[in-house]
Amino acid sequence: MDNRSDILVTLKERFGPDIISTDISGDMPSAIVSSKSLYDVIKFLKDAPETGYQFLTDLCGIHYPESELPLGIIYHLHNLRENRQIRIKAFVPLSKPEIETVTPLFNAANWMERETYDFYGIIFTGHPNLKRILNVEYLDFFPMRKEYPLEDPTREDKDNRFFGR
Amino acid sequence: MPVKDPHIIIQPEDTDKVYTTLNLGPTHPATHGIFQNILTMDGEIIIDAEQTVGYIHRAFEKIAEHRPYYQIKPLTDRMNYCSSPINNMGWDMTVEKLLGIKTNKKIDYMRIIIMELARITDHLICNSVIGVDSGALTGFTYVFQEREAIYEIYEEMCGARLTTNMGRIGGFERDFSAIAIKKLRELLKRLPDVLREFEKLLMRNRIFMDRTINVGGISAERALNYGFTGPNLRAAGVDYDVRVMNPYSSYNDFDFVIPVGTNGDTYDRFCVREEEMWQSIRLIENALENMPEGNYHVDVPGIFLPPKEDVYSKMEALIYHFKIVMGEIGVPPGEVYHAVEGGNGELGFYLVSDGGRKPYRLHFRRPCFIYYQAFPEMIRGSVLSDAILTMSSMNVIAGELDA
Amino acid sequence: MHDNKIPYNIVEPPEGFSSPGMFATRLDKVVGLARKNSIWPLPFATSCCGIEFMATMGAHYDLGRFGSERLSFSPRQADLLMVMGTIAKKMGPIVHQIYEQMAEPRWVIAVGACAATGGIFDTYSVLQGIDRVVPVDVYVPGCPPRPEQIIDGFMKIQDLVGNEPLRRRYSPEYRELLEKYGIR
Repeated sequence: MDNRSDILVTLKERFGPDIISTDISGDMPSAIVSSKSLYDVIKFLKDAPETGYQFLTDLCGIHYPESELPLGIIYHLHNLRENRQIRIKAFVPLSKPEIETVTPLFNAANWMERETYDFYGIIFTGHPNLKRILNVEYLDFFPMRKEYPLEDPTREDKDNRFFGR
Repeated sequence: MPVKDPHIIIQPEDTDKVYTTLNLGPTHPATHGIFQNILTMDGEIIIDAEQTVGYIHRAFEKIAEHRPYYQIKPLTDRMNYCSSPINNMGWDMTVEKLLGIKTNKKIDYMRIIIMELARITDHLICNSVIGVDSGALTGFTYVFQEREAIYEIYEEMCGARLTTNMGRIGGFERDFSAIAIKKLRELLKRLPDVLREFEKLLMRNRIFMDRTINVGGISAERALNYGFTGPNLRAAGVDYDVRVMNPYSSYNDFDFVIPVGTNGDTYDRFCVREEEMWQSIRLIENALENMPEGNYHVDVPGIFLPPKEDVYSKMEALIYHFKIVMGEIGVPPGEVYHAVEGGNGELGFYLVSDGGRKPYRLHFRRPCFIYYQAFPEMIRGSVLSDAILTMSSMNVIAGELDA
Repeated sequence: MHDNKIPYNIVEPPEGFSSPGMFATRLDKVVGLARKNSIWPLPFATSCCGIEFMATMGAHYDLGRFGSERLSFSPRQADLLMVMGTIAKKMGPIVHQIYEQMAEPRWVIAVGACAATGGIFDTYSVLQGIDRVVPVDVYVPGCPPRPEQIIDGFMKIQDLVGNEPLRRRYSPEYRELLEKYGIR
């Protein structure tokens, strides 16, 4: 585990106001970036010779209903040569949940973005095949958002009173 | 037999042939797990594959937002169900990382023994199923006897055979009993002979080698781009192992070798898994020899249930017991990402907590889901029987794929 | 069958009238006896219960001794549909399709808590029991059930097969049952 904040300093120098905030207190350096500069930040982290984060470990979504930009996408990148990890977050509004895809940089992001779209409804512009991957195609809501319940509301055999819900 | 280059894509406009569509459907004896591949074929050669997954989507991540921390462990069992203790230990370590609990050496060594046993069971299934798909059913029946022996050890330790739910946040619920250690030692004496017999059946077998060498290969650059981890990546030539790069649970006390292949084809994946089993046996023997003294759980009364005698006699123990069972364990707000080396690669847990009884967001980084995307690229240009072998050598487990 | 020198019982003979070279009994008993000792199962293994089924088919708990050595993966040639594991809503129509492709007489066993009632996954994406899409004969609880439990369920299926009346599949109650599930 590393806590080198040099990469965050480099990012702030290069991208300036697009890096909304940084955080070195957790288990790895993390930064919140604006959604329109996300592709450039990830490309810089992957391709620039001084960074070299060539492995995309994880891509997932998150939903904070109370905040101004509720839907978030979180990227974990890993520099395998020097064993450094970094977490990048970007937030988009509910009315226009669009962000650019990173599939041209990492093929691994293809299905991970489809899964995030399936669960949260975040649209990745430029994705080759953005359709639902894990749920049924005719599902008309985005299940992981906080307003939807866990159980199927149309089931009639299980009585919620006995199941502690 | 020409060497198949996975980067050559036959353009449909080039020829004026008629392509057939074959549905390698969700229920199929050769696909171990339920996922669908719709293959476009030119006679016997595969041109393209379109995949559909999600036939066993059980919404683990949504369930995890509605369950207290100790109730999420049975969910993690059912992801990679061939090696469920690894998932359990990974979850325990993630929550311990968030809470800042440090485990002592005895717990670490116990965890290593259990995780390596689970790795052996996972690789035993994968390798014997590669044998079954190429026609050698004998290896499967012989190897399953050893899996039964490992099931007996699990039963001795936690009571369940397959979905073990082993361990607690902060250690274990009980120490290894004498019967468990005796069975473990007997297994360690017997396992090398069984593995050697299994290898003699397949590893230098002319038919097996012809069927698996240069089949379903992927280069190291493509594998890294696709996010491969685990034995599939190591077979392609990259020595990335989470146990060595970011050691957890005192793996850095031990000296073991990471096997690495050369061309990333099916034969390399088979050999890498075989060798990893030998390394796991070595790790278990070392951990058992050098098991230190200590308590099998950490002294954190806010997380770990106090012993029953204290609950019935002391006031603080009763209060802690009540609070833990009601789910009021004090988890600080924060986020953490922890990865363990599962049977298929880097199994990651991304946990976001807002200070409540349940996680705010829990995301599983499942290795199967990420590397299965590369399957169409690996089988383009090969015949159907090679595609079946490639699929079984990638060890795609449906529970981990869909989660 | 009636030689008292054999110390063990190979198969329990049905009641009937026997004499040298001849044995007379009811037709459905003979047919039931033949069918129940040679069931060809279709292992519809989806998740963890599938691994326990693999252990049941292994050498330790051998399911082949009950006559089901030959697993058929094609529904056209199978007698018993063993649904083992969680069935999601995406998979439900496929179970229905596989059941329709099986020829009469056919039985269904739901192995595991997920196939019986949805198990621990009370979510929006999991079918709460396969008896919402196909008629089920035997339910085996457990998560996953031990191989002994799976064999016990299988023996109950054998009882059902052995005692089934010959005209059951043509009766109006059976037709009504299939109508309810939309199976033609």
